[in-house]
Amino acid sequence: MASVNPKGSTTTAAPAEEPEVITTPTGSAELLAGSVGEYVRIQGRRIRSGESGALPVVIGLVAIVIFFQAKNSLFLSAGNLVNLMAQSSFIITLGMAEIFVLLLGDIDLAAGFTAACGAVGALWMMALNDPWWAAVLVALAGTALYGAMQGIIVARLRLPSFVVTLAGQLFLSGLLIYLIDQTGSIGVGGVIQLHNNIINNIAGGWLSPTATWIVLLIIVGLAGLAMFYSDYRRRRAGLVAPPLSITLLKIAAVIVAGVVVVLVANTNRGRLITVEGMPWVVLVVLAILFVWTVLLGRTRFGRYIYAIGGNAEAARRAGINIVRTRTLAFMLCGLTAGMTGIIYASYLGSISSNVNGGQNVLKAVAAAVIGGTSLFGADYGSGAGAHRRGSRTSR
Amino acid sequence: MTSWTRTVTGDDGARAATAGVGSSDAVGQAPLLQLRGIGKNFGPVRALTDIDLDIPAGQVTALVGDNGAGKSTLIKTRTGIWEPSQGQLIWQGRTVHFRTPRDANAVGIATVYQDLALSDNLDIVQNMLLGHEVLSRTGLLDEISMEKTAKRILQDLRVTTVRNIRQPVGSLSGGQRQAVAVAKAVMLDARLVIMDEPTAALGVSQTALVLDLIERLATRGIAVLVISHNLTDVFRVADRIAVLYLGRLVTVGPLPTSTRRRQSTG
Repeated sequence: MASVNPKGSTTTAAPAEEPEVITTPTGSAELLAGSVGEYVRIQGRRIRSGESGALPVVIGLVAIVIFFQAKNSLFLSAGNLVNLMAQSSFIITLGMAEIFVLLLGDIDLAAGFTAACGAVGALWMMALNDPWWAAVLVALAGTALYGAMQGIIVARLRLPSFVVTLAGQLFLSGLLIYLIDQTGSIGVGGVIQLHNNIINNIAGGWLSPTATWIVLLIIVGLAGLAMFYSDYRRRRAGLVAPPLSITLLKIAAVIVAGVVVVLVANTNRGRLITVEGMPWVVLVVLAILFVWTVLLGRTRFGRYIYAIGGNAEAARRAGINIVRTRTLAFMLCGLTAGMTGIIYASYLGSISSNVNGGQNVLKAVAAAVIGGTSLFGADYGSGAGAHRRGSRTSR
Repeated sequence: MTSWTRTVTGDDGARAATAGVGSSDAVGQAPLLQLRGIGKNFGPVRALTDIDLDIPAGQVTALVGDNGAGKSTLIKTRTGIWEPSQGQLIWQGRTVHFRTPRDANAVGIATVYQDLALSDNLDIVQNMLLGHEVLSRTGLLDEISMEKTAKRILQDLRVTTVRNIRQPVGSLSGGQRQAVAVAKAVMLDARLVIMDEPTAALGVSQTALVLDLIERLATRGIAVLVISHNLTDVFRVADRIAVLYLGRLVTVGPLPTSTRRRQSTG
């Protein structure tokens, strides 16, 4: 409680004041708790007061799984689960693209078709026997440039992003048809095929079971070390840090989750031949997720995106270059959409003019929103720490 | 109007000179900021006329007046949001022109606006260091050193009601948010902190917290300009008072000792 010092004097030895107990449900439970028991109690109190975080999503997921497993006992089979992972990979990546602009309070409705057009460019080059990495680079450069263009229109001309990107969606859906048409004999019947083993293997190929275990070991090992080290540094610096028991529990949870996923992936899911091991696409998505999470959560640029989304006026007064940050965010959205296009082309084996870019975008935005991003710009009310937002879309 | 202006009198000078540790050596010399003949027009509307005002360091100057008297306009001309139509600003003896708020920030003027300019979704540390983040050697944010800096500033200002500086600012009370905004200004080594209606929306204990903070700022040698229409708070904390009425400075001068609750040091 604040107390007015009745003498009004400036004695340097002010009486130590009782720290106020936080009764509001917000505030990271990790940092407030002194032990596992207290952590559970704080979480329980938060859930009861309505601040439920990811719990409804998890419960919903469990309900869906139970429902479909009851309908068809093959739902929880290894083959189906791995299939689901590969299928949802491109929506997850597209969701990651959308997160950049959703955090600003904007939206990119063109991202689905940006992905498709970028993919057509890449497939065209590969069909002409250009090296796959050149084709991918050109595609990514093109989609990033397009994203930047949308960003400039939104940020400088201050037009609403909904309108600008909707126009982009319509434009790109036409461009898609035009591009495939322009490829001549390569794109026959409105479909352009993927003719490259390496790209094909992203969604179609997989690691060997041994390699899968090694990769798991590396990822879990690094993640565990990183978590342990960051909490250790905080304690060393005398800052509030989660108790050691919580840190160990988190690491254990990551290990368990990783082991479960690898066991599922390593189960033979093939019918005629043995198919065991983690599909490459999961690693690709995880890599993109990791890099973007670091960018959003641990760099100045990422911090500015959250700031602009939370209070653009405050950001402006703090000296942040609003126009440049917004343009870059749209560019990153375009770039990630390009990556999505490559993954999508790998999954389908081709790109056709029938790609439903509009619907894909809605699913991607849904993925981001369910994962905790607000449609109205960065919003603290969802209860997640800023650095956890990027990882939510993988649900 | 110049006949109403009074510069720092011997009484104030003496008290200011005995202010506690941390007061700058500018105390006791010429006022930190002087306004001479400031006027501001918006087309045919004269918002401010012929304002002469001195803001000494280490003291709390209160700017009072009813709504529409020109208080906010005066602040905005002083902090570079608008250029004054007439008159000049003299900062530490030199005439200055502020074209943007950044110019004002650069010389050490920090403004805490009524809307506080805080991002609700970011936590206290992130808000305090917004725009002035510290990077580690790898180019990533150095969260640990930023948190230590924020913690130190808050402790210096004796803001102890916030137990967890990693909680989102949106979850703080009004007084705590004010404290964060003020701490942000202090952190940037402000020499003059301008606070626009700091206690307007606050309850009793929160108001006390903020007034405490204002006094502590003055003790550190920072000049504080408080705009308020709440005379109770003004009498509790101000050393000098300037009254604006319809764009003119009606009276300005030290608060009579009998009405001043804040005792002198030493």
